[in-house]
Amino acid sequence: MPATVFLALAALTLVSAGIVAFSKNIIYSTLGLLGTFLGIAGLYVTLSADFLSAVQILVYVGGTLTLILFAVMLTARIDKMKVSNPSGGIVPAFVLVALLLVALGTVAAQTAWPSEARPVMPSTAKLGHAFLGEYLLPFELGSIVLLGAMIGSVVLARRAVKRSWEKG
Amino acid sequence: MEIGLVHYLTVSAVLFGLGLFTVMTRKNAVGILLGVELILNAAALNFVAFNHFVGGGIAGQVFTVFIIILAASEAAIALAIVLQVYRNRRTIDADELTSLRN
Repeated sequence: MPATVFLALAALTLVSAGIVAFSKNIIYSTLGLLGTFLGIAGLYVTLSADFLSAVQILVYVGGTLTLILFAVMLTARIDKMKVSNPSGGIVPAFVLVALLLVALGTVAAQTAWPSEARPVMPSTAKLGHAFLGEYLLPFELGSIVLLGAMIGSVVLARRAVKRSWEKG
Repeated sequence: MEIGLVHYLTVSAVLFGLGLFTVMTRKNAVGILLGVELILNAAALNFVAFNHFVGGGIAGQVFTVFIIILAASEAAIALAIVLQVYRNRRTIDADELTSLRN
């Protein structure tokens, strides 16, 4: 894989994530998340995870991002959102993130990862066999979790409407 | 330049740091959720990178699918709660939601 592809995808991911983190306007932050998701989907392709790349675009860009945009539009007056970033919390956040990055970098640099260059090959068939074989029980539990989340969010988000024939 | 595991780990670590920064500095509840999404994506990228370069097999990608499942359900539940809070209180500023404190 040419290094320029990786560098372009990494730059897309990180610049968009920077917009998410530093933009004062919540709408710009949400749209920055779009670039992050697309960049990560591209990085998945370079890691021979083609199915995950498609799932990333379908679920995150098509589902989660739309949901978040709905929530932003429904809850926020956009002009008010410009003051949503306080100045007080930024310094400790910077310190904590810098410490975290130093710690992660030290660990990553000192560990001799037994990594080797592998060819990029499609993995969708292997993933399907894994889900219907070794990981069948977690797969079914995942569908139960999704069903529960769906019912739960409907129950939480609905407006309690009293019909005319109901009492009280 | 040969792209190896360390490059992916670097991208993932910076993504995680930006997500943590977002979670810590935002007051808007939806903004905090954006940071959580960044953190989850960084973790998922790490799983896939280790699966490709170190582990072989398919287990890392399976974990990433479960991360995506949980992230989707978490987003749906959290946004429903945010909507309901906004409906009741007219604010989603996390610093003002302190009625359980006393």
